[in-house]
Amino acid sequence: MSRIDAKFAALAADGRKAFVSYVMAGDPDYDTSLAIVKGLPAAGVDIIELGLPFTDPMADGPTIQLAGQRALEAGMTLARTLELATEFRKGDDTTPIVLMGYYNPIYSRGVDRFLEDAKAAGIDGLIVVDLPPEEDAELCLPAQAAGLNFIRLATPTTDDKRLPKVLTNTSGFVYYVSITGITGAAEAVADDVGPEVARIKAQTDLPIIVGFGINTPEKSRAIASVADGAVVGSAIVGQIAAGKSPEEVLRFVKSLADGAHSA
Amino acid sequence: MIYQNAAHPRAAFAFFRPKLGEGRLLLPWQFGPLPHMNKPVTERGRTMANDLFNSFMTGPDENGRFGKFGGRFVSETLMPLILSLEEEYEKAKTDDSFWAEMHDLWTHYVGRPSPLYYAERLTQHLGGAKIYLKRDELNHTGAHKINNVLGQIILARRMGKTRIIAETGAGQHGVATATVCAKFGLKCVVYMGAHDVKRQAPNVFRMRLLGAEVIPVTSGRGTLKDAMNDALRDWVTNVRDTFYCIGTVAGPHPYPAMVRDFQSIIGKEAKEQMQAAEGRLPDTIIAAIGGGSNAMGLFYPFLDDTSVNIIGVEAGGKGVDDRMEHCASLTGGRPGVLHGNRTYLLQDDDGQILEGFSISAGLDYPGIGPEHSWLHEIGRAKYVSITDVEALEAFQLCCEQEGIIPALEPSHALAHVMKIAPELPADHLICMNMCGRGDKDIFTVARALGFDMSDAD
Repeated sequence: MSRIDAKFAALAADGRKAFVSYVMAGDPDYDTSLAIVKGLPAAGVDIIELGLPFTDPMADGPTIQLAGQRALEAGMTLARTLELATEFRKGDDTTPIVLMGYYNPIYSRGVDRFLEDAKAAGIDGLIVVDLPPEEDAELCLPAQAAGLNFIRLATPTTDDKRLPKVLTNTSGFVYYVSITGITGAAEAVADDVGPEVARIKAQTDLPIIVGFGINTPEKSRAIASVADGAVVGSAIVGQIAAGKSPEEVLRFVKSLADGAHSA
Repeated sequence: MIYQNAAHPRAAFAFFRPKLGEGRLLLPWQFGPLPHMNKPVTERGRTMANDLFNSFMTGPDENGRFGKFGGRFVSETLMPLILSLEEEYEKAKTDDSFWAEMHDLWTHYVGRPSPLYYAERLTQHLGGAKIYLKRDELNHTGAHKINNVLGQIILARRMGKTRIIAETGAGQHGVATATVCAKFGLKCVVYMGAHDVKRQAPNVFRMRLLGAEVIPVTSGRGTLKDAMNDALRDWVTNVRDTFYCIGTVAGPHPYPAMVRDFQSIIGKEAKEQMQAAEGRLPDTIIAAIGGGSNAMGLFYPFLDDTSVNIIGVEAGGKGVDDRMEHCASLTGGRPGVLHGNRTYLLQDDDGQILEGFSISAGLDYPGIGPEHSWLHEIGRAKYVSITDVEALEAFQLCCEQEGIIPALEPSHALAHVMKIAPELPADHLICMNMCGRGDKDIFTVARALGFDMSDAD
């Protein structure tokens, strides 16, 4: 059983919703970022999404793009991102890490070499925004074969006809994008999200985690209550951008996690 | 030797064999005579489908690939739209009424066909090959860009989209898009890098006069690639009513093929005009490349005429070397994935995209259309680079010798013509795509030449 599957099994046994947090690896620098990531499980984070910096994050809003720029300027690379995961794993062998980013840095490194290194670094799953099912042969299938979960995004534009294609070869969980848009922009609305989650659940047994447009403990609770969990990214990254200390950032994360867990 | 035909081993393109009778597409030059053409379509175009011989013109495959290049590397939100666009384009492609509307507008709104002009003084000055210029700078809006925009806007209307977005570098695509949107009464939003907004001020004003909203892009480093990122972000947000009118032969499938097909009117006309002027095919065709749409438009109808040398000219900026102050993706980059397709990109060892550098805003893009990457790898086309300094020299020579003020983009192609023409015999026919006029560039050129515009007497 993968760390992700084990985590969801444990959450289900407790009757709890999942809280997933996103931070950009190396933002604002390697050491601060590592300190924040190390503190996430204690702040209530069930699954860590670790952003892989990229110069051209087409599906992200300015908050995440600027985080990537800060990380790159501080010398972050794919190799350093995997080092950060390795370092985290030394003290935590159960919290799943999902690497989230864009394909080019992975393609540039070479898919086989990347998968080997990611596995060794304790990465459990991948979310690669610019790899739809039509491009599964690129990374999704090799990743599954290497024992990594490949987590797919489903969106409001993924209609019932297309949904099976999106769900095929998806594992770990399904990431439902609550809005048509970029990260950190519009607000997710629980009344809209609920029926969409039900629509996807009708076609899969995988947990459905909802992200995009969730930025407060209340929203975290509202969305988690209509799904299997909630993801918060830009709101946390915004705290880092504002120069908050790791302790302050983690306090904010805890409030979001408490929100989701109270659902 | 440069002028031997490029090698193209059969094995390299065997996978592009056309399937007999299956979804064979009727492209503009295969229909028969166009309203403004009096020459019949060559037999070659028609017999191609019946021969199981290797062709360079059958790509992309059903996954949008030219060899390993191209594809559909977009987020899930956009995927359904890309598929519906592909479906709509497949329908339009074989719909006579679609092409009839295109040809009517090409003829009466754009002013096609553009002339094929024998550049006599330039030919004498260079003292070698006979040089023809395909005058796409005479099109309405001053460049080849409108050929493609018309096609996409007609498609957008068929799809019921009411809002058009575009990215622009030099501003030519933005102006063309704003123009056609004004003509059809569509809302138009143009994303333009903040840096380009400054260096192409006349085009920014043109777009605004035409009723478009111009959004200066400051994300990233505020250049064409960032404008494309922001256009994609807009599209993903407004996916239901918005059509993204991409200005070059790049982006996710079907854009590279669709834009190529719309621009192929350039090469189709040039082929027939050269036939009329000289009774034969040109020996060399040559065009400047940023994303590569004017070049693909000229090249595509000639791909299977293997006697024709094909040369693409990239922007060499300050020189193609380790400093990476250039935009020569093919000569100075390597394959990667950006903006929906796999193609040659300027990137660092970590796969992070680098900023290009060129005096020409229209060539200032770190990627290139995937079909060019494929033609480069199989050797059917040859790609070279020209520096800013060489392009400026060509710009001035063209003004002096021919009374044509070229845009900086085709000045790159012309600079390569200047290099090769003197070494070639007088019966060697060169056809260069003069894809844009230079009015927009006079301020940049004046600055580069140290001419003070405020003291013009």
